[in-house]
Amino acid sequence: MSNIVSNYIEAIRDKDRVFDLVAPAVSPKLDVRKGCILYMEDVSVSFDGFKAINDLNLYVNEGELRCIIGPNGAGKTTMMDIITGKTVPDKGSVYFGQTINLLDMDEPEIARAGIGRKFQKPTVFEEQSVFSNLELAMACNKNVMPTLFAKLSGEELSHIEETLELIGLKDQRMLNAGALSHGQKQWLEIGMLIMQRPKLLLVDEPVAGMTHQEMDRTAELLISLEGRHSVVVVEHDMDFVRSIARTVTVLHQGSVLAEGTMDEVQNNARVKEVYLGE
Amino acid sequence: MTTTSMNKVLDKQTKIFLSVLASIAVLVIASNLLISPDSAFHIPTYTVTLLGKYLCYALLAVAIDLIWGYMGILSLGHGAFFALGGYAMGMYLMRQIGDRGVYGDPLLPDFMVFLNWSELPWFWQGFDMFWFAAVMVVLVPGVLAYVFGWLTFRSRVTGVYLSIITQALTYALMLAFYRNEMGFGGNNGLTDFKELLGFDLQANSTRIGLFAASAIALGLGYIACRFIVASKLGRVAMAVRDAESRTRFIGYKVENVKLWVFTFSAALAGIAGALYVPQVGIINPNEFSPLNSIEMVVWVALGGRATLYGAVVGAIIVNYAKTYFTGALPEVWLFALGGLFIVTTIFLPKGVVGLLKKKEAKS
Repeated sequence: MSNIVSNYIEAIRDKDRVFDLVAPAVSPKLDVRKGCILYMEDVSVSFDGFKAINDLNLYVNEGELRCIIGPNGAGKTTMMDIITGKTVPDKGSVYFGQTINLLDMDEPEIARAGIGRKFQKPTVFEEQSVFSNLELAMACNKNVMPTLFAKLSGEELSHIEETLELIGLKDQRMLNAGALSHGQKQWLEIGMLIMQRPKLLLVDEPVAGMTHQEMDRTAELLISLEGRHSVVVVEHDMDFVRSIARTVTVLHQGSVLAEGTMDEVQNNARVKEVYLGE
Repeated sequence: MTTTSMNKVLDKQTKIFLSVLASIAVLVIASNLLISPDSAFHIPTYTVTLLGKYLCYALLAVAIDLIWGYMGILSLGHGAFFALGGYAMGMYLMRQIGDRGVYGDPLLPDFMVFLNWSELPWFWQGFDMFWFAAVMVVLVPGVLAYVFGWLTFRSRVTGVYLSIITQALTYALMLAFYRNEMGFGGNNGLTDFKELLGFDLQANSTRIGLFAASAIALGLGYIACRFIVASKLGRVAMAVRDAESRTRFIGYKVENVKLWVFTFSAALAGIAGALYVPQVGIINPNEFSPLNSIEMVVWVALGGRATLYGAVVGAIIVNYAKTYFTGALPEVWLFALGGLFIVTTIFLPKGVVGLLKKKEAKS
């Protein structure tokens, strides 16, 4: 009996749903029971007729470290733009876990749901201290009023301390982020990602412009994140990819060309053709 | 509030600023009341009111610095919020005139009698009560800013485009208020005020009281802005200023942050306007003029952005210069203002207080 009533109420609610904006905001919890954290299916987007992404299908497993490679213009950055809400695809579906539809959400909502992004060009808040950068990124209630009255708890403080240690910027904590070297800025950005406690990290060219030494440290940093977070890395540097990759996805002209271990991918005839130019 | 966060809000500069403000206010009042008018140290009431006017401008400048200096929103229409606060106060003062107007109508202000209106428009209801007017002083600019901000920030209008829209906003309001049919006295505005809360506006004591109220409002407004700037929200605002889209990607709803700080700033501007009107004795649509709003931005740029006290210094310097020039060499004033702005932009990108800071750092 109660079942019938509740069904009836549901039916009415659906029928009365005229304006999306008055519907109660639904934010389902991240559901990864099937082991997959990110689904991109049949996604296409074009800019002025140029198909940047073309029927892309990509699945990322929970806890996985995935590398994405591909020649310039293969759609790597556009793919990240779609996942993080910056670009809206023309068609296709993008799900975070089983239930969260990323196409319905804007950038801050996606970030709050647990997807963190590191940009190709390091963008940190240069006028603020390293510590402040991490504090701003920290996962917490980011609405206006709680932010106005926010105070760091002991736990939050130690989280920031741990992260400072992890990214090796302990001594630079009070320094303005603008004064850091290029490599340090990259690490600070990764640190900001960690502070967000994301389930999925999207890392765009983390070692661009780094020395070999810095590159090794970055590789360590990313590998240490595997397991706790799912990480998707877009990178050009093949040595670097080889040093961290478990599974590699090759993008070409907006869709997946090959997927597998580094060796499999490198021996793939089509990959050789388009990417290595052989 | 704990002592540590208290210390963050009241940092060294804030303490210095508040002490200077309090000392000047006390000195001015004391020299007006205690020193005989024949003495060279006596400050005439006319000057006290002039200084009170400067303090209102300073509060307005602080409100502009909060959104421009710290959040990167260049509003070229803040004069609109200032004027709306002023009109709300002006409406109360008009209702206080009662039957002492030229036409002696107990209910209708003179300009309505002149226009042959027979009853008070609905939006004039309630303004006979001071508390109601006081609420409107904050509410009217606040709601306008909220609606305006909701529409523009959500559509991600930023930079020059936003500045142009704010300019259009104040221009539209100016044209509307010039119309007699609007019911705000047309191009004459509201004037001939008699008393405020029963105190005669011409009386020396009332003028001193208004000056003191302006000083207190500036002090409190300054502390409120410091509270915002020193909070995490203040740092989010700076993050929005420096890298807006990055701020979105770490999970802040940038449009909401902008909306609330912008609304707060508009309400503060409204309070400044409300204190300004009884001191100058008139409010007319000219206050909405885009030129005024641009001038306000010049105060902040000249004083130095993102310091709050720089805005106060700038407002006082420019307005003192304006008083001097319009008295001594009226035709030179606009050139002087333009020159001042050019010199600041080229030689003092951090304003007058930036110059002082540099000297301090050198020594």
